[in-house]
Amino acid sequence: MKVLVAMSGGVDSSVAAARLIAAGHDVVGVTMKLWGGESDTGCCSVRDVDDARRVAQQLGIAHHTWTFSGDFDRHVVDPYVDAHRRGVTPNPCIECNRHLKFDRLLRRARAVGFDTVATGHHARIVTRPDGTRRLARGADAAKDQSYVLYVLGQAELSRTLLPVGEMTKAEVRFEAEALGLRTARKPDSQDVCFITSGRGRRGFLGGRMDLRPGRVVDEAGRDVGAVDAVELVTVGQRRGLGLPGGGAPRYVVDVDVPAATVRVGPERDLLCEHVALERVVWSGDPPGGGPSPTIAAQCSAHGPPRPARVEPVGNDRAVVRFDGRVRRVAGGQSVVLYEGDEVIGGGIAAD
Amino acid sequence: MPVQPDRPDRLAYLDHAATTPLRPAARDAMLPWLGERFGNPSGDHRVARAARQAVDEARDVVADVIGCRPGDVVFTSGGTEADNMAVRGVHAARPGPVLCSAVEHDAVRNPVRSIGGATVAVDARGVLDLDALGAALRPDVTLLALMTANNEIGVVQPVAEAAELVRRRAPRAVVHTDAVQAASWLDLPTVVAGADLIAVSSHKVGGPQGVGALVARPGVPLRPLLLGGGQERELRSGTHNVAGIVGMAAALRAAAAERNAAAAWVGALRDRLAAGLLSAIPGAVETGVVGGACRLPGTLHLCIPGIESEALLFLLDEAGVCASAASACASGAHQASHVLAAMGIGPELGAGALRLSLGWTSTDADVDHALRVIPVAVAHLRGARDRHAESLGQR
Repeated sequence: MKVLVAMSGGVDSSVAAARLIAAGHDVVGVTMKLWGGESDTGCCSVRDVDDARRVAQQLGIAHHTWTFSGDFDRHVVDPYVDAHRRGVTPNPCIECNRHLKFDRLLRRARAVGFDTVATGHHARIVTRPDGTRRLARGADAAKDQSYVLYVLGQAELSRTLLPVGEMTKAEVRFEAEALGLRTARKPDSQDVCFITSGRGRRGFLGGRMDLRPGRVVDEAGRDVGAVDAVELVTVGQRRGLGLPGGGAPRYVVDVDVPAATVRVGPERDLLCEHVALERVVWSGDPPGGGPSPTIAAQCSAHGPPRPARVEPVGNDRAVVRFDGRVRRVAGGQSVVLYEGDEVIGGGIAAD
Repeated sequence: MPVQPDRPDRLAYLDHAATTPLRPAARDAMLPWLGERFGNPSGDHRVARAARQAVDEARDVVADVIGCRPGDVVFTSGGTEADNMAVRGVHAARPGPVLCSAVEHDAVRNPVRSIGGATVAVDARGVLDLDALGAALRPDVTLLALMTANNEIGVVQPVAEAAELVRRRAPRAVVHTDAVQAASWLDLPTVVAGADLIAVSSHKVGGPQGVGALVARPGVPLRPLLLGGGQERELRSGTHNVAGIVGMAAALRAAAAERNAAAAWVGALRDRLAAGLLSAIPGAVETGVVGGACRLPGTLHLCIPGIESEALLFLLDEAGVCASAASACASGAHQASHVLAAMGIGPELGAGALRLSLGWTSTDADVDHALRVIPVAVAHLRGARDRHAESLGQR
């Protein structure tokens, strides 16, 4: 097959490329230039492009750099800023996968003659008896990235390869060492590629919107603390609220950005039994009406899967009912639905 | 479009504006200096003297081709250094407001920006707007940078008229022209006559990479970028790149000798390529052709609606056509072109920019191959786009 490998300059996509070549595919590497601004080692700095290119040279394949920075701004960065303006906590990596890697890149790859796109994500694609595909958790539970890939539907799954999904991270690094790849010991990328460790989320957002100080009030509406940027507060947060010490822990249970007010309460005020999802994506056909059998719902990238039932509502909405009570999911976070190890869909928690 | 094998059976190199192959004359001139001959021209013995003589003779050739005195030539590491030296060197010697055209190469644009300079608009052809220049020329302006010909679209700028305007409105100002792209094609003594500073690059005319020159007319206020041993009349310290300098001189001489003939036959190839592509690709437009503008014989710039440059360049590369979108950054990624933006070309049309640049090794076979490959590749990409739009419509 003719395979385009999205090479970030990291060890996973380096090994992904090497494995595809070893498997006899006709492989070309591409590094996506997404973020035009400052980054740490992020997915788009020149240094990472250099690493990707040098690995491609070592593997003897062509390497190109493709720019999607306009689309990245439009589909990832701008919505990220807008979400904070509304007091919502977005996951930009998921939007990048949805709009950039598995839409723009995949479409261009197909347009210029590639059969599939491969990435270095730690997740697997399994084929079911009926021929449909599903995304499944990667072999390395600690590195599993299926959560950020739930947006892949059948069309994307059938044109995607995840060559390191069957490997543990240690195996990936071992293989990179064995091949002498220069990225073998490169640290894993952390967090959001366009947020630098120096300036942080506050520095990034502060340059793009007004961050306003806010009151912190308790259940009775009494002032108990203060925050210097209400837009950066997330439901469930415990720290940085200026609360006096002692007493039972209190959590953010509500963020009202227009009123610049954060409400705190005990953990029980944070617990809920269900979450409404928007922009729901199903890996295959949507489940029929009524509550599903018990599945697992994962509410953050590294959070535990919780037993739940899902009930589709209309076209692209759903309600997830947990078995028991869980901490409330902050608006904007993705909830990913699993049947065993396999993703069946997911959506974004409503505000 | 069937995917081509890794090594296409035919290669059409149509990126001469990026770099052009080394001319045999340049190679021959350099070889002794990559072999038995050597020497630091600044020394005081026979080996040094011989190297000095080679540099001096090269300087005479460069001066002759550009139309200046040998003593005006400052050898540099390339066009970018020459441009930086012109802009920042003048600004250091004579601080004041600085102007450049809106379509300058980044080697001029970025230094100008770094010292707070302003840009002067161009018209829809990419030609400097002389009225806008007149309005921008306050008496205290100290520098105008206006390229001789543009690297992306090949349009030739009115350097003489602009220089004349500068003399009248801003007598303290000097005029710098980046002649890097023009040097292969235009009679430099004529076209850069009005300029006080002229930048050229060796590898764009068939010399080696890593060498260039800045011509600084007598009396031009100029400070060096590099301090050190004081070579090049204290203007450019650093041991001379003797092999590079003799190679550049030989290339410039060869280019000048065949200039008229080359302009004619390369121009004819370019015109055939343009006519073929414009008739075979619906909607394609030749950039900046709205009448009267003079352009370099080797440059063909097209805007092709409904495609993206990167995807097209990928297909062309696979099929053995080496071309460019004409604006790239260090990582190799394409950027929106400031030249097209300055000409009023919107992102829709500019997204499908394609520069095909011919040079001294171009042949009919190159044009034939490009004419076979490019329209098919465009049609293929447009087909993929249409199928995608259709599938979205069906959802």
